[in-house]
Amino acid sequence: MINIIPEREGQVLRKGEGQGGIACEKKSTAGSVSQRACVFCGSRVVLYPISDALHVVHGPIGCAAYTWDIRGALSSGSQLHRNSFSTDLREMDVIYGGEKKLRAGLCELIDEYKPKAAFVYSTCIVGVIGDDVEAVCRTVEKEKGIPVIPVHSEGFKGTKKDGYRAACEAVGTLLGTGATDGISPHSVNILGDFNLAGETWIIRKYYERMGVQVVTCITGDAKVEDIRRAHGAKLNLVQCSGSMTHLAKMMEEKYGIPFKRVSYFGIEDMSAALYDTAKFFSDEPAIMEKAQNLVREEVGAIYPQLQAYREELQGKKAAIYVGGSFKAFSLVRALRLIGMQTAVVGSQTGGPEDYKQLAEICDEGTIIVDDSNPLELAKFVLEKDVDLFIGGVKERPIAYKLGVAFCDHNHERKEPLAGFEGMLNFAREVYSSVMSPVWQFVPRRQRSMVPVMPEFDSMVSQIEDAV
Amino acid sequence: MSVAESKPASCRNACKLCTPLGACLAFRGVEGAVPLLHGSQGCSTYIRRYLISHFREPIDIASSNFSEDTAVFGGAANFKAAVKNLHRQYEPELIAVATTCLAETIGEDMNRLFYEYMAENWEEGHPQMLHVSTPSYRGTHMDGFHAAVRGIVEALATTGSRARRINLFPGMVSTADLRHLKEILTDFSLPCTLLPDYSQTMDGEGWSEYETLPTGGTPMKAIAACGSSQLSIEFGHTLDRTKTAGEFLQERFHVPRRLLGLPIGIRETDAFFELLGVASGHTIPSRYQQERGRFVDSLVDGHKYVFGKRAVVYGEEDLVVGLVAFLLEIGVEPVLCASGGESGRLAQAIETVRATIPTRKSSAKMEIRGGVDFVDIREQAEALKPDFLIGNSKGYSIARRLNVPLVRVGFPIHDRLGGQRILHLGYRGAQQLFDTIVNTLMERKQEDSEVGYSYL
Repeated sequence: MINIIPEREGQVLRKGEGQGGIACEKKSTAGSVSQRACVFCGSRVVLYPISDALHVVHGPIGCAAYTWDIRGALSSGSQLHRNSFSTDLREMDVIYGGEKKLRAGLCELIDEYKPKAAFVYSTCIVGVIGDDVEAVCRTVEKEKGIPVIPVHSEGFKGTKKDGYRAACEAVGTLLGTGATDGISPHSVNILGDFNLAGETWIIRKYYERMGVQVVTCITGDAKVEDIRRAHGAKLNLVQCSGSMTHLAKMMEEKYGIPFKRVSYFGIEDMSAALYDTAKFFSDEPAIMEKAQNLVREEVGAIYPQLQAYREELQGKKAAIYVGGSFKAFSLVRALRLIGMQTAVVGSQTGGPEDYKQLAEICDEGTIIVDDSNPLELAKFVLEKDVDLFIGGVKERPIAYKLGVAFCDHNHERKEPLAGFEGMLNFAREVYSSVMSPVWQFVPRRQRSMVPVMPEFDSMVSQIEDAV
Repeated sequence: MSVAESKPASCRNACKLCTPLGACLAFRGVEGAVPLLHGSQGCSTYIRRYLISHFREPIDIASSNFSEDTAVFGGAANFKAAVKNLHRQYEPELIAVATTCLAETIGEDMNRLFYEYMAENWEEGHPQMLHVSTPSYRGTHMDGFHAAVRGIVEALATTGSRARRINLFPGMVSTADLRHLKEILTDFSLPCTLLPDYSQTMDGEGWSEYETLPTGGTPMKAIAACGSSQLSIEFGHTLDRTKTAGEFLQERFHVPRRLLGLPIGIRETDAFFELLGVASGHTIPSRYQQERGRFVDSLVDGHKYVFGKRAVVYGEEDLVVGLVAFLLEIGVEPVLCASGGESGRLAQAIETVRATIPTRKSSAKMEIRGGVDFVDIREQAEALKPDFLIGNSKGYSIARRLNVPLVRVGFPIHDRLGGQRILHLGYRGAQQLFDTIVNTLMERKQEDSEVGYSYL
């Protein structure tokens, strides 16, 4: 029997069971085996796709080793971001300080790889030994003539969300430093799409087909030069709002660029993202017209196949546990489109507003959970007897061990799940896991693990009968 | 042979992991144990994620989840809350604590924290607790692994009258290796404490309920009995022999210990079987004699496919030593033996396993390098023009760049299914390694040929 830790009880809500809001935005309970990582993780995931920059992790080796080539954020050019660079601090560095090593390491790497900028991530240990990372960055910046940007991502200084914020601050230092010529009055930046499996490229093409210029995708296939001129765009489109709203607000304040929250998952949200953008550029009616044509064309192309999947998936139940809650909305809707119901939904870093909205779109009895752990997730999965789990690498073995189908909607995915074609991929992935014949053999679906052997005598008589 | 220890100012694509990872893996090999990392939340999550991608199993590692206050005022409150919550949720027999770089640097006194916690909360049946110091700025995951094994033994081994039993500390081997070792010991009718044993906890059956404490692991009772065993066997020529579990048992309980290499290939496996023969008083069971015989027979069948092929070998130091011992036996030339480890004993260990192999005039030079990263390995490999790479999956980008095959062994294997089940040890493991290497080279030859050979 799995019990929820008393400190965490407020972070679990069952829709329709007479409680108020859900507790969230708390630091993780000690000993709870949270699925969250740390501040460093938040910064690292956001900045990771800036592919022609050097990313140097200042600290002992672990933090860099575990984030080597960890995301499927594709780049159209430089592949530098797929390396893992660390100052690999040792005991003597911890005692005498790591500044010298950081400086030498940065210079060596900049000379070798000739990046367009460098990000220096502070890890836990840097926060306690008191290295002046900013001073080192300034010195190297002067010496090498490229931006060298400190990222204040000491692991213990908050949660993953604080890491997002630190990353936004770091990107902020690049903004406004490039020329904005050649930028159309109908132009956008994409924020919070990470180009996993090339998703940004799909979305970018949609906007281009509508006659909208994409200046920069700050978090996917990003190049330093593009980020420098991102302030020339007329609108910011923010997906993954948990990580990128801070940057969007910074850009609104400093450059007067308004922003809209969008999602590219599922037909409804994808279409809404295009229409919202078209509405914003209402001075050019052709944009809306093209958007409508595009949606009609794309939906028409995938709809028959989606219907075919829906027929067989109808009535199946799903659990969703993802990093940011905004993605969860889209997933609930996308599942509904293929006939599936969401029985459990949660996120690592959702805010009160997000959870409120989530509760609104979910069915009665749905379990909503913040900053969950493997034991709780397993308990909910079994209680609701779900057929599918949508999550990331750390959720996958929970699902598989309990004999539940799984769809990876996190950074390891290899098939694009965004956009219209992504919706079809999503449905196909869900279908090919849920409908697999393997589930009939898992312990949860079998009364007896061992085949029952017939009595020897009756077997002999059967054989004799046959003869 | 040339030896070089490189000391770059930065590490580029590390060929090592941090100490707490090794400790957590070792802790998962004790029955009823839950690992707790005293430090930031990220450490446990990153380590879980890294291990999950190899083992494809749930791996619960708790964290005391430091915050800014904790780093200033100390982690006592977080530690106590973590232990309480772990106790309540998991009901473990053992809470095994490893301290991360953050906890170590702010000077957490774990003995005091244990004492204070127990003074307030001890009750009948409370899980035991032990602590291993694993600052990630000192050593690699292997140091963390061996320190944890020693820490477990220090905390749990007790004295008793000498029994017919051995201790086997195999180091970080695969789940298939662990199962094979247990099978061998059973066949020698030799009672044994194998520590750690994550053969089931990290490679188990499906569950109908979530198992808070996965089935399997070395029983705590068996660990207690370590102090009265007749012999300890430890695998690893590069171990710091003054810091191992075997050394502790020898000093404290006068249990004799023998250090062997990982039993990879014929000679290292022979040494292991001979020792088991002596310890058990039995001859080598015939099935293993047959396995050895079949393996040697297959070497004859396949020797020409591999003779003189140039290999780049990388990974943990002891794995590299074992693989080199094996590769030399089959006629492959390891042109680069590289590790991120820095024991300083790699070259000496390789010399040991090389000693009885006759050198040829045409033999290629063997480079041995400790303390390297994957960029070092790539740069050197480019110049050495190897026929294949052998090591964990992190060398894939190099293999791809050089357009040579990668034979995946060891840990981690993040890009194939069943990496945790690869067998390396014993005659049977050698057979599988040999078949894999020969077939990899045959496949390459077949693919590269315009003829499309149907016999090879």
